Amino acid sequence: MNTLVPLTVAVPLIAATVLAASAPFASRRFADGVSLAAAGSVCAMSGLLLAHGGDLVYWFGGWHPRHGLALGIAFTVAPLGAGLATFASAMVVIALLFSQRSLAEINNVFHALLLVFLAAMVGFSLSGDIFNMFVFFELMSVAAYALTGYRIDQRAPLEGTLNFAITNSIGALLVLTGISLLYGRTGALNLAQIGQALGTRPADALVVISLTLLVAGFFVKAAVVPFHFWLPDAYSVAPTPVCVVLSAVMSELGLYAVARIWWACFAGVLGGDRGAVEAILVGAGTVTALGPAVLCFAQTHLKRMLAYATVSYIGLFLIGFALLTPDGLAGTAIYLVADGCVKAALFVGVGILQHRLWSADELRLRGKGRAMPYTAALFVVGALALASLPPFGTFLGKSMIEDAAVKAGYGWVIAVFILASALTGGAVLRAAGRVFLGLGGAGEPEPSFEIDREESDEPETDDPRDRTPAMLFVPAAVLLAASLALGLVPGLDHAAQRAAAAFVDSAGYAATVLHGAASHTPQVAGPPPPTALDYLYALLSVLGAFTLAAVALLRPVRVFAPAVMRLRMLHSGRVGDYVAWLTLGVVAFGGLFAVTLL
Amino acid sequence: MSGFLPYAVAAWLFAAGIYGMATSRDLIHLVVCLTVAQSATYVLLLGVGYLHGAAAPIFADIGPNTRVVDPVVQALTLTDVVVEAVVVSLLLALAMQAHKRFGTLDPDDLRAMSS
Repeated sequence: MNTLVPLTVAVPLIAATVLAASAPFASRRFADGVSLAAAGSVCAMSGLLLAHGGDLVYWFGGWHPRHGLALGIAFTVAPLGAGLATFASAMVVIALLFSQRSLAEINNVFHALLLVFLAAMVGFSLSGDIFNMFVFFELMSVAAYALTGYRIDQRAPLEGTLNFAITNSIGALLVLTGISLLYGRTGALNLAQIGQALGTRPADALVVISLTLLVAGFFVKAAVVPFHFWLPDAYSVAPTPVCVVLSAVMSELGLYAVARIWWACFAGVLGGDRGAVEAILVGAGTVTALGPAVLCFAQTHLKRMLAYATVSYIGLFLIGFALLTPDGLAGTAIYLVADGCVKAALFVGVGILQHRLWSADELRLRGKGRAMPYTAALFVVGALALASLPPFGTFLGKSMIEDAAVKAGYGWVIAVFILASALTGGAVLRAAGRVFLGLGGAGEPEPSFEIDREESDEPETDDPRDRTPAMLFVPAAVLLAASLALGLVPGLDHAAQRAAAAFVDSAGYAATVLHGAASHTPQVAGPPPPTALDYLYALLSVLGAFTLAAVALLRPVRVFAPAVMRLRMLHSGRVGDYVAWLTLGVVAFGGLFAVTLL
Repeated sequence: MSGFLPYAVAAWLFAAGIYGMATSRDLIHLVVCLTVAQSATYVLLLGVGYLHGAAAPIFADIGPNTRVVDPVVQALTLTDVVVEAVVVSLLLALAMQAHKRFGTLDPDDLRAMSS
């Protein structure tokens, strides 16, 4: 089992090298085959590691720790990390299948980049060494920049990629600075060892500064407000198959990193003040969930709408993790995967619209999808799953987080969950109503937001047809089915709770990594089944989504327009502004942490 | 005092780089500002591992018990340099595309999207 651990990263990297080297003369079919085989095998290997259960520690080069002192670099495979790796590779498989039909004009370097991206995401999920995490973080970012800017000959992708690359590079700098400070204090790079060394003395300014830098740096990747500005710019211009991976996995990895460093490194030294950390992160999650949800509802460009939905869900996941309890974390894990599948399916749906109708703009597509009942069904089911209709996995994850929130004294966040899921689900329902039923006004395109729209909407394929290729429809249907299955598999919630309990057990993690102790899975009582209240909340979300969509289509309300416009104006597309917001965010988080933790 | 100096230099470089990026009107200038901010991390890493009066960590002609500066941070710095070379070359390639296709290096002229 242990030999599988390094192969999960080595296989895609080797395959990527082969593809890049053979790109000038190899056929597209060769690239499709090799990349699918590589991504599929990573998915299978990570799946095996996930099924294995407990913590596996793999020391590269056999540099095992001596007397509890780690000198080598380790991959520590815990169920949550292995689960993320499996999910990432499954999404890459979907993206590869999807790109076969939707991206005609690509050469094999595209496949190589996607595999490098996969290797970095898997390495990032599994690594137990903080500098190693930084390197994978950067590798992931660079591959993502190149993939986002794949159609660089147009203005919008170029601008989106630049904003993405500049802001995320600053995020990486913040992370690296935080790592340097931690290393200066502890002399360690291994997560468990950092945690032990920090725990030997009380928290001081250095600990708080490095926490701020690491959290802010990873929040740039996760796109937490006010670090989120780059995300809508990048996701709305990336090739749609790339969006599947970016939206479903990459942003979420930023949150995973914060969870990982919190429990492995900081939970011991700052555990006494965890209430303050909870409050700050729940606050950040609430802002991130609600603001972008409103902007999502205000969007008519479908990819940009889904990009804002991604940010909004990041906020919800952040709330789930910010409760700092195993129950909240378990709910977040299920919610993240189920919602990732739904968003990926919706992106594939947008890809189908682009393939058939040459546009991704709701207003321009009005009524043009009347002859596409299956795609319409895809959008409606996806919207309902976003609004957490039982028994989708989104419902299970959401109700687990809500239960955990009530227990932790944050019962009011239930309202945030209902509002955000109703707004995002409602936005997709409204778009479906307009595109597939021709409901609603044609809407007057706002001139200030229409600049260069034509360019960004150019079809990504040159063979539009009267029917949807199976290679596009089947992945979307499979993704929605997977999201449904996550809500139905018996015992999944219990397994997630066990994984989360192991994840938050800092002492057990350190003993396993540094002293080779056998990892033990804590016994936890299974979660109670969803109560009538949980169903009521879900009903409210779904009804809210329908109401919002109906109001927007049949009887548009203009009262909120000025406020929404002001919110939209903040997203100026200007990289300098984004850098300024980012700096402000770092100062705000740093100030709040300093006031509450010192 | 000399122990404090590298940290002050690092903070200054970081702030100068970020300020430059926030106000930049030229993509090449923007990328160079990013490298300025990045050099803050080199200074910080090397400052963290520095020991006054210690030798370089090359055990060819010094005894095994000699005090040396921390070699780990030097390895980290090298890795950091390599990573940055990749990012910067990618960004410069984007800047070249902007110049070649749209005849501008001003990020404001490139703006295709708002909100």
